[in-house]
Amino acid sequence: QDNIAVKANAVCKLTYLQMLGYDISWAAFNIIEVMSASKFTFKRIGYLAASQCFHEGTDVIMLTTNQIRKDLSSPNQYDTGVALTGLSCFVTPDLARDLANDIMTLMSHTKPYIRKKAVLIMYKVFLKYPESLRPAFPRLKEKLEDPDPGVQSAAVNVICELARRNPKNYLSLAPLFFKLMTSSTNNWVLIKIIKLFGALTPLEPRLGKKLIEPLTNLIHRFLISLSSGMPNHSASIQLCVQKLRILIEDSDQNLKYLGLLAMSKILKTHPKSVQSHKDLILQCLDDKDESIRLRALDLLYGMVSKKNLMEIVKKLMIHVDKAEGTTYRDELLTKIIDICSQSNYQYITNFEWYISILVELTRLEGTRHGHLIAAQMLDVAIRVKAIRKFAVSQMAMLLDNAHLIASNTQRNGICEVLYAAAWICGEFSEHLEEANQTLEAMLRPKVTTLPGHIQAVYVQNMVKLYASILQQKEQSGEKEAAQEITQLMIERLPQFVQSADLEVQERASCILQLIKYIQKLQIKEVPVAEEVIALFAGELNPVAPKAQKKVPVPEGLDLDAWINEPPSDSESEDEKPKTIFHDEEQRHSRHRQPEIDEEELARRREARKQEQANNPFYIKSSPSPQKRYQDTPGVEHIPVVQIDLSVPLKVPGMPMSDQYVKLEEERRHKQKLEKDKKKKKQKKEKRGKHHRHNSLHTESEEDIAPAHHVDIITEEMPENALPSDEDDKDPNDPYKALDIDLDKPLADSEKLPVQRHRNVETLKSPDSEAPLVEKKSKKPKKKEKKHKEKERDKGKKKEKEKKVIEEEEEKKVILQDLHYVRNCCYGPYLLLCSSVTYDIQGNLQNDSQVTVSVIFENKSTSFLKSMELNVLDSLNTKMLRPEGSSVHDGIPVPFQLPPGISNEAQFVFTLQSIVMAQKLKGTLSFIVKNDEGSTHEKLDFKLHFSCASYLITTPCYSDAFAKLLESGDLHMSSIKVDGISISFQHLLAKICFHHHFSVVERVDSCASMYSRSIQGHHVCLLVKKGENSVSIDGKCNDSTLLSNLLDEMKETLSKC
Amino acid sequence: MQFMLLFSRQGKLRLQKWYVPLSDKEKKKITRELVQTVLARKPKMCSFLEWRDLKIVYKRYASLYFCCAIEDQDNELITLEIIHRYVELLDKYFGSVCELDIIFNFEKAYFILDEFLLGGEVQETSKKNVLKAIEQADLLQEVSKFNFSGQSISMVGCESKKFLFL
Repeated sequence: QDNIAVKANAVCKLTYLQMLGYDISWAAFNIIEVMSASKFTFKRIGYLAASQCFHEGTDVIMLTTNQIRKDLSSPNQYDTGVALTGLSCFVTPDLARDLANDIMTLMSHTKPYIRKKAVLIMYKVFLKYPESLRPAFPRLKEKLEDPDPGVQSAAVNVICELARRNPKNYLSLAPLFFKLMTSSTNNWVLIKIIKLFGALTPLEPRLGKKLIEPLTNLIHRFLISLSSGMPNHSASIQLCVQKLRILIEDSDQNLKYLGLLAMSKILKTHPKSVQSHKDLILQCLDDKDESIRLRALDLLYGMVSKKNLMEIVKKLMIHVDKAEGTTYRDELLTKIIDICSQSNYQYITNFEWYISILVELTRLEGTRHGHLIAAQMLDVAIRVKAIRKFAVSQMAMLLDNAHLIASNTQRNGICEVLYAAAWICGEFSEHLEEANQTLEAMLRPKVTTLPGHIQAVYVQNMVKLYASILQQKEQSGEKEAAQEITQLMIERLPQFVQSADLEVQERASCILQLIKYIQKLQIKEVPVAEEVIALFAGELNPVAPKAQKKVPVPEGLDLDAWINEPPSDSESEDEKPKTIFHDEEQRHSRHRQPEIDEEELARRREARKQEQANNPFYIKSSPSPQKRYQDTPGVEHIPVVQIDLSVPLKVPGMPMSDQYVKLEEERRHKQKLEKDKKKKKQKKEKRGKHHRHNSLHTESEEDIAPAHHVDIITEEMPENALPSDEDDKDPNDPYKALDIDLDKPLADSEKLPVQRHRNVETLKSPDSEAPLVEKKSKKPKKKEKKHKEKERDKGKKKEKEKKVIEEEEEKKVILQDLHYVRNCCYGPYLLLCSSVTYDIQGNLQNDSQVTVSVIFENKSTSFLKSMELNVLDSLNTKMLRPEGSSVHDGIPVPFQLPPGISNEAQFVFTLQSIVMAQKLKGTLSFIVKNDEGSTHEKLDFKLHFSCASYLITTPCYSDAFAKLLESGDLHMSSIKVDGISISFQHLLAKICFHHHFSVVERVDSCASMYSRSIQGHHVCLLVKKGENSVSIDGKCNDSTLLSNLLDEMKETLSKC
Repeated sequence: MQFMLLFSRQGKLRLQKWYVPLSDKEKKKITRELVQTVLARKPKMCSFLEWRDLKIVYKRYASLYFCCAIEDQDNELITLEIIHRYVELLDKYFGSVCELDIIFNFEKAYFILDEFLLGGEVQETSKKNVLKAIEQADLLQEVSKFNFSGQSISMVGCESKKFLFL
């Protein structure tokens, strides 16, 4: 896979495969390779693949940082473009941090193409790296007034998205946007701006007024914007609703949907104006399209009132029956419950009706919301005292028919209801008429097929039931019946003891023992009922969900303090534990004492009792004194009418809620009559205050009195609860981080981190090196190629070097010497390790020597001295050392380097054979001296002696060349390179430059070339260029040299 | 915009672009789910549906479904407009685009999308500018070695040349 073109093709295909659902994360590294290709063709594919399959978890993503930075600063705008596009898809917090500054620079690029992309990508960067927002914001603001419309719209986009999350920080921009809105002609931009104002207007009412005028002009053209940019403060709401009605009635489904959507937005602020369109919305419930139906449902939620609740729910129930598809049905179910229970059952006037609705809902098949219904049942039964009797009777019925609910395994969700039913029957067993029957229903063997947690509730509530039956029987003196029921329990309970569910098993066995004990007592004719019932005495009060949090920390209680000193020191062991709880009047009156005696125990028990009495989380042993009644407005003036409802036949499976609707109507009618009478009386009394609604026949909502005295017990909060509202915010909201005040001036510390990777970093970018080398070489153009060649070696070494540098940081020694090794002015410079370039020059006078020139440059701020260069000799190649020194001695560099100075030194190498390329390892050691002293440092490098470096460019005439070829004592070899796109001229220049050849003759796309090695080998080449390929035939005295040369050439060419 | 998917009437994915980082597994799950729900909808139904906490806007052009996921507060109609604009761009670029064009030159389709949208936001509203940028980028790229023209004849399983625009 050397060929980058092949690789790119492969990556391209992988991208396709990825789309088909195959995992290609293993190829991540290859993708990066393709991304770093110099050609746009490949780079583009590389970035495409990256953007498709990289995500934050991709570990190689860090490797791309420098590549992306390089591409961002590329002179070619399309290189920059693909890099930005790619980055937008896989930007990670790290990448965002490292590249934020580069992208910010690009925001003021000369090309609008780049500016626009840079502005847009900033939004992604802000999300990942919120610190960048403040420094970048002024520039972003500038872009709002960019001459290029594309850039402008990009800036509007970004600011709009930002403002949507945290509008208050962007209020100051409102005038600017106002100007843009009135001047812009681009619809896309306008829509965004209107959306932005939609976010801003709630914060600044004046803005709303200002907007009305231009918006009404726009409104006809941009019905689209209605849904997002609703002018909340406009007086033209009515107009909007009218328009929406037209939309909803439209035959186009899309418009219908949007109309409903916009309607629900208005509903939030102006419920009255929407309510008049109830008919239309109910009509939409019949639509074929689920999306539309769901929208209509949403609307209904806001439209219910006491008056129409029953009617609407009845309609919904019909839909529930008709609905196909469980998702929609589930949605309906939750909506019904939502509608009914909203704002503390505000709209429910008849809870019996509600309970029967809930019971009906349990007949739904395959719903997932069993627990929801169960929760509602429990909630209503606990909080509405008056309904308990009815609820219990309904629940008993449910329990009786449990087999209907639980039999079908598919209806798993619904059996949750039994949980509620069992609990309600148990807890409020005093209301149960036929407790015996219910108890038997609960003891059926079928029950053991229910889920564990339901069985557990069953077991627990059986005992409650049992206790109440026992009491009943004992009071009426039916001892035998009492014993019978005990016997029944003892017979049936063992089936629960064998349960696989731990909870059930534990409870059951515990209770079994208890009942056996009771039986013994019963046989002795001891009355036990009182004691048994005492087990479950007490009343339950609902507690607000936030109550726990709001219990104030008592004064003097330090939650972080140790209760016992940690036994760290040996001394403290002897100390008595410190008192942490102070004696308080009410609770927490526990005093830690080292010894516990009887008295203390008693005292504690007393204290605990007191504590429990005051603590809302305990079931109280006495009826709570804190019960609060919330009366519905107007209730006090109306005598509570307890209509003796003749509860209709309780046939399981028959819907009853309808009857309630009728009953309710009757009741209301009665009530109204009564009320009218009353009103007349009151009129006489002239207390008009409460009677604004004088017309006799229009019922106002307040006038409908609930059928029962609804004690909606408000959820309890602990006394002196702390008011707090922060509970609702989600700390994980990514946008929260962007809630930054943008008007504050920038602090220095907030400046974006500009990459200052000390020297090592500068070495990486070829640009910084270029000027340096250019001075010394007359043909610096080709140099970059070679840099790349070495880049991989560099990478490894850089790391090492970095480490060294980091260690030294304290000493502030920044090591930055660039070592360029140069030899002849024809040849390219090769990079030795991270910082050394060199070239090798053949020596004409001596056929076995080459000279290596090295340029040392000190880029650090320290003084460098005592430099020594040493090379590990190979058999073939040796460094020429002064006489008398061993092979392990280095050669001193004959100068010292003050900061920023460069100098050149030459070293001579001898070699025997030149037919093979050579690599030599070397070390440069030196002493770094600065204010704080001096340290010894080393720098490793590699010298690469390529075969080409043994060649010396020698001109040759065509006739001499022809003779040479004819002589026949040359070996022949040839190569072919595909995918060459550069011009022939360019190609030849490359060969001349890198491989030290000279052109003998050139005809069209054919050329002959010649060169000679320092040991006198002739090398002849015939270069032919096809359409996409180049073939080179070579002849040389030495076949090894020739093949090595050709290999080198192939490598050079394949990079073009 | 959170992501864009293109898939055929058979449920084969033709193009996907994610503007939110998700794991492959999740992407696959979402794709499968969405393709199913969208394909199950009848042509007369509206182009929007709610899915998880996102809104899905889709439109069908010939045999291809274009499907975008947007956030709650985003505007649906403008998303439809974006889809339409993208189709127009494809059409202009390929000249009467069809499903095959997108299969064989999927990378081109991606490039056009990238020029049009960036990070889920509209980047360039002008059709002319997008196409200009693409053309220039194509000029930079030499004669494409990656078109699968050789395979095109033997490809079976996708709809025959059905133009998205007729």
